[in-house]
Amino acid sequence: MAKSALLKSSIAKKYWMALTGLFLCLFLTGHLAGNLQLLIPDNASAFNQYALFMTTNPAVKVLSYLTYISIIFHAIDGIMLAIQNKKARPIAYAKNNPSGNSSFASRNMAVLGTVILIFIVTHMVTFWAKMHFDKNMPLQTLSVTDEASGMKQDFYITTGTGQDKFLPVNQVDGKNLVIEGNKIFIVKPIKVEFAQGYKDLYKITLDFFRDAKYGLIYTLLYVLAMLALGFHLWHGFASAFQSLGLNNPKFNAGIKIFGRAFSVLVPLLFAIIPLYIHFSK
Amino acid sequence: MSAAKNINITLKIWRQKNADSKGNIETYKLDNVSTASSFLEMLDQLNEQLINERKEPVAFDHDCREGICGMCSLYINGRAHGPETGTTTCQLHMRKFNDGDTIFIEPWRSKAFPVVKDLVVDRSAFDRIQQAGGFVSVNTSGNTIDANSIPIPKDDADKAFMAAACIGCGACVASCKNGSAMLFVGAKVSQYALLPQGKVEATQRVQNMVRQMDEEGFGNCTNTGACEVECPKGISLENIARMNREYLKSSF
Repeated sequence: MAKSALLKSSIAKKYWMALTGLFLCLFLTGHLAGNLQLLIPDNASAFNQYALFMTTNPAVKVLSYLTYISIIFHAIDGIMLAIQNKKARPIAYAKNNPSGNSSFASRNMAVLGTVILIFIVTHMVTFWAKMHFDKNMPLQTLSVTDEASGMKQDFYITTGTGQDKFLPVNQVDGKNLVIEGNKIFIVKPIKVEFAQGYKDLYKITLDFFRDAKYGLIYTLLYVLAMLALGFHLWHGFASAFQSLGLNNPKFNAGIKIFGRAFSVLVPLLFAIIPLYIHFSK
Repeated sequence: MSAAKNINITLKIWRQKNADSKGNIETYKLDNVSTASSFLEMLDQLNEQLINERKEPVAFDHDCREGICGMCSLYINGRAHGPETGTTTCQLHMRKFNDGDTIFIEPWRSKAFPVVKDLVVDRSAFDRIQQAGGFVSVNTSGNTIDANSIPIPKDDADKAFMAAACIGCGACVASCKNGSAMLFVGAKVSQYALLPQGKVEATQRVQNMVRQMDEEGFGNCTNTGACEVECPKGISLENIARMNREYLKSSF
């Protein structure tokens, strides 16, 4: 009895919403720290190194699967709760004044969550899927001007060390360099060496938000999604603690203040990045 | 306070013949309502007028008219028990309204509280939740021990008493956007969970009461806090958190 109740009962559903929600708050913090590297003026190095780390590190892999599961569970559980709640009041009030007793955010968690879910899907198609599956993902290059001759030459940046770190781009079409996926092969008469190139997620991101036709729309939609996230967190953060039974007059004010600071700061910093990228071109 | 005067109001009231019929909002004009009268006295005045016109009077729940029985209800102008906080409908007075006001009066809206007639809803779902675990089993065969013989910390006794102040009126369900009964059940679980007499059956109590609550078709709490604001007895959200803790404890 007790075991199945930990999945099905109304209170258990709240536990799961709270636990997955708080875990996703941790994910947001990590994701934000990563994204902020887009603003470092170091020719994309920090961000692309971070992107490679995030897609290859085994510990990150485990965390990322936990994140996928949390998002899916949080969404499905939330949709199920919203449907049940809708059924609990078959006839609506002719006159209702809910603003007299509750906040906008708290009453619209399902709508805000849906906006966020749509954002997550499009966001993953735009960036995550490219990073993971796109065979034609561009590799990070570095433009170097030879001071003596004044000639400009582009180099690929690889994860190798020393001499292998930069490989000239103009050899791609030649006989010496072959690129497959993000692997760079140096074809020499006797042996074949290869290094991994940095997928240029930085360029993908900049191109996306600086798109001549849709860049501004993408940027504004991103900001809008962050606004929805902010409202969602405004209620959700402190609500998660209440759902887990962590309501204590000693800590309530602290949890509420921290939650509200988190709900303003995190979406704001996320939104600043595409705004900066778009308007600094 | 200014002296009582008479006001003229328009009432928009939900009329429904019985549980099976489809109801609708009817409009009534009511003149010369004393601002000194209570909201329920105003409805009495309306019913007198309807009876004189040989029309069916409006059915509504009421009993003690002192704010302690939990019998009166009514969703008035979009708020449970009207615009005042910390009051039941019987303790709401017409001085809170102005001449020429239009007042909407609707029954509690919840799948678990079906309309019986007009503004009367069937709140027996609360009784069934209470019967599922809201009690302490006591041997009454002659060797009953006086409850006061067990020392209880003042703080716990106060909190239990504050939870027990719930009169089961259902305003929490009515004002919750999800039609959730968690403030009621939280209060009923808490008033026993805080006391040594109640701890003996704590595990089954919370499990049984929550299961009954879910079966009745109440919605799920999303912590909007509307219930706490509208509760005429000021039952705190702390009680829902305590129920959540009790439920977690009882699940292992």
